[in-house]
Amino acid sequence: MFDIVEAPFDMAALVTAVCEAGSGGLVTFVGYVRDRSDEGLPVEGLHYEAHRELALAELHKVGTEAVERFGIARIAIVHRVGELVVGEAAVGIAVSATHRGPAFEACQFAIDELKRRVPIWKKERYVAGDARWRENA
Amino acid sequence: MTVRVACFARIRELAGAAELERSLPAGTTAAQCFAALAADFPALALLAASTRFVRGGAFIEGAAELRDGDELGLLPPYGGG
Repeated sequence: MFDIVEAPFDMAALVTAVCEAGSGGLVTFVGYVRDRSDEGLPVEGLHYEAHRELALAELHKVGTEAVERFGIARIAIVHRVGELVVGEAAVGIAVSATHRGPAFEACQFAIDELKRRVPIWKKERYVAGDARWRENA
Repeated sequence: MTVRVACFARIRELAGAAELERSLPAGTTAAQCFAALAADFPALALLAASTRFVRGGAFIEGAAELRDGDELGLLPPYGGG
């Protein structure tokens, strides 16, 4: 399951999507909208947007690579776009594997690669009223 | 030749439009097309080295020559996650 969604997503659906009888380990990661920027400015929310076609293709590639590289069973990645407020989930990842080690590693790999490779953009909206595009390092 | 330019995120804001049309000399590359836009919208110059180019759903190099009727996507640095 790989998706770019405009409404809140259900982590339980991601877990269900990767569940299978041969997997003894299941790892999830959820990225939330924080109430402070890296500089400590009070944040009201985040605006996310994506190049939908390319982002979906890149999510698929990241998932396929995670399976090949770590020998995991299944992986699901969902990223939300639109206007999000503090406390809402922006990205969800679920990974299942025979054992926990590869599941943890693949989950870390997936979020790192997503931030680096998937064409999604984020603008921080501050409580003070201004806003700023934020780039991943 | 005429090229349609699709601007995303920060580039869209700096250019003031999601889509622009440009008449360019034959043989113009993606990077040269970006430079032509940056001449109109100087703040774009800051993103010259970090912008990725897309044509027909695939990434292309800045040195790739554009063709008449192409749609060139300009993708600023990513911020997902």
